[in-house]
Amino acid sequence: MNTLPEANSTNSTNVSDEIACAIETKGVTKIYGSGNTEVVAMRDASMKVQRGEVVALLGPSGSGKSTFLTAVGLINPPTSGQVLIGGEMVLEGPVAHTNLRTFRRNHIGFVFQKSNLIPFLTAVENVQIAMELAGESRGAARRRALELMEYLGVADRASNLPSALSGGQQQRVAVARSLANRPSVILADEPTAALDGERGRQVMDLFAKVAHEQGAGVIVVTHDHRSLDVFDTIFEMEDGLMHRAKKP
Amino acid sequence: MNLATKDIGQSLGRFVLTTLGVGMLLMVVMAMGGIYRGILEDATLLVNEIGTDLWIVQRDTRGPFAELSRVPPNLVHRALAVPGVKSSREFVFHTVQRERRGKPFRMAVLGLSWPSDKGDWIPLLAGRPLRQNHFEMIADASLKIGLGEKIQLGKETYTVVGVTHDMLASGGDGIGFFTTADAQAIQFDVPSEAVRLERSSRAARGTRFELAAKQPSLLEFANLPAAELPQIARPQVSAVMVSVLPGAEVQQVAKIISGWDDVSVFTRKGQRELLLEGTVEKVRRQIGLFRILLVVIAAVIMGLILYTMTLDKIHSIALLKLIGAPNSVILGMILQQALMLGALGYGIAFLAGRKLFPLFPKRVILADDDLLMLAGIVLAISVLASLMGIWKAMKVSPNEALA
Ligand SMILES: Nc1ncnc2c1ncn2[C@@H]1O[C@H](COP(=O)(O)OP(=O)(O)O)[C@@H](O)[C@H]1O
Ligand SMILES: [Mg+2]
Repeated sequence: MNTLPEANSTNSTNVSDEIACAIETKGVTKIYGSGNTEVVAMRDASMKVQRGEVVALLGPSGSGKSTFLTAVGLINPPTSGQVLIGGEMVLEGPVAHTNLRTFRRNHIGFVFQKSNLIPFLTAVENVQIAMELAGESRGAARRRALELMEYLGVADRASNLPSALSGGQQQRVAVARSLANRPSVILADEPTAALDGERGRQVMDLFAKVAHEQGAGVIVVTHDHRSLDVFDTIFEMEDGLMHRAKKP
Repeated sequence: MNLATKDIGQSLGRFVLTTLGVGMLLMVVMAMGGIYRGILEDATLLVNEIGTDLWIVQRDTRGPFAELSRVPPNLVHRALAVPGVKSSREFVFHTVQRERRGKPFRMAVLGLSWPSDKGDWIPLLAGRPLRQNHFEMIADASLKIGLGEKIQLGKETYTVVGVTHDMLASGGDGIGFFTTADAQAIQFDVPSEAVRLERSSRAARGTRFELAAKQPSLLEFANLPAAELPQIARPQVSAVMVSVLPGAEVQQVAKIISGWDDVSVFTRKGQRELLLEGTVEKVRRQIGLFRILLVVIAAVIMGLILYTMTLDKIHSIALLKLIGAPNSVILGMILQQALMLGALGYGIAFLAGRKLFPLFPKRVILADDDLLMLAGIVLAISVLASLMGIWKAMKVSPNEALA
């Protein structure tokens, strides 16, 4: 693979102080429902992700991985606990200290397992829109979107609608979009579930590369034990409890 | 990137059909306004064109157009005697429904007071005004009797010598212009057998009078048409039209005539207003209410369309929120689609209306004021209709993108 487009070491995520982690959570707990229907999906989860660090999050289905990821992604605020991004306190329990949507747009890239793309936009437009929303001019956004797609090997499908792409191609477009605004945090929830082993491996490598080249903190929820060697750190969840696991 | 057009572009066929539907609906709203305008115009056209100063009608009636009015023909001479009156003439007006070529044929019959009025004021498409006092007529184009054609009405046959246009009675029937005498003949036409029966019964009744025994020649009158019996007035005319001398006060003349106990008098303006509030008022309210209903229906339908369009995009909207799109982007997308739907629908309504309305049997007039008002209404509807969709979109949580 060639180098990541426009990735450079002067990126804002690289210049701040050493101490600040890309991601830090302190005792985040999520309780769904109340009374009889109460479900503690995640209890007291704490994690630190340094800049340039790639973290795998493992665990059986229903163990709370997505709950954790959406809490860190500021989509689904926790019931209690703190979420810090780039050293900035963003969430204290359900209380937001900033405009979460704007913060997501500027600092966080998402890749999810499925239905990641806007169906009425072409592949390249799906990448482009993320940059336009962040204030990039149309032309510049288009150019970088095409570069990213080139980089991910889906440039030839740029003007196709998502419905005309295979699951793997859709996933790579979603990865391209997650990189679009040079985020300091990338969150991926089972991003390789729809990919074959080879492609899955490539995407994992790509995350590692983005982390290292751009200094982003990356968390990837995965079941794919074959590519665990890509990750710097491995966490595991079970029944809402999170602990650090040994690298294989 | 314009999300509104991108979304529409992906389901263009559906959007086109939807817009066509909204357009047709708006065209009906537009037609309602146009029909109302047409009725106003048609109702007052005659009064405007005839251009007389005063209308004298049967006491406490609202004139020949609004209801049945009967005044004696000698009123013409009485009116002429009023100081300041330049001319006065009879006005006969009634509607007949006959059969022509196997189809019902409706016509408003208007009598011109021969010889002072030969119909020179009638705007002609073809032909000429009346030139003789019998068996000629000027027909409105909507009656579809061509120049030179003959038509049998009652016992006589009339020839079309002139064709005019847009001369319609308030009921929408085309007007045929005849001389007063012909108009009355058409109105009071009675089958021959009925005439014979009436004559013999008159004669029979007559013989029972002492007077008839003393003056047998009186009985000869029994053979005359009812209209010519001396003891019965001539067929009554609908109204008398009065023109005032230049320099004379119309109000002054009207005041004198209104002192007569058997008639009422209206100025041209008064007659116009009477027409509008009489025959047309109900139509106006009817069409007005129908328009309101249609506007509400259009609003509800557009609201539902935009709501379902938004529902179809819920996942995309959640995803947009997830990747950080501000509410203004999402709101703008829905609002733009609403405005596009409204504007295109309006355009279709206007263009289709311009093609279709002239084919309507009655005039449909698209007045600029009405068009502008409807544009405003459509704009308001579009914004209102998008509110439901916007409300739904605002409630969507970015979480739903993950579902
Ligand atoms: N919106 C929700 N309401 C109620 N319970 C939920 C909701 N989302 C997740 N859960 C519950 O929380 C637990 C963790 O779910 P999740 O984070 O999706 O697990 P994982 O991603 O590891 O499969 C599960 O028991 C799930 O049923
Ligand atoms: Mg999950």
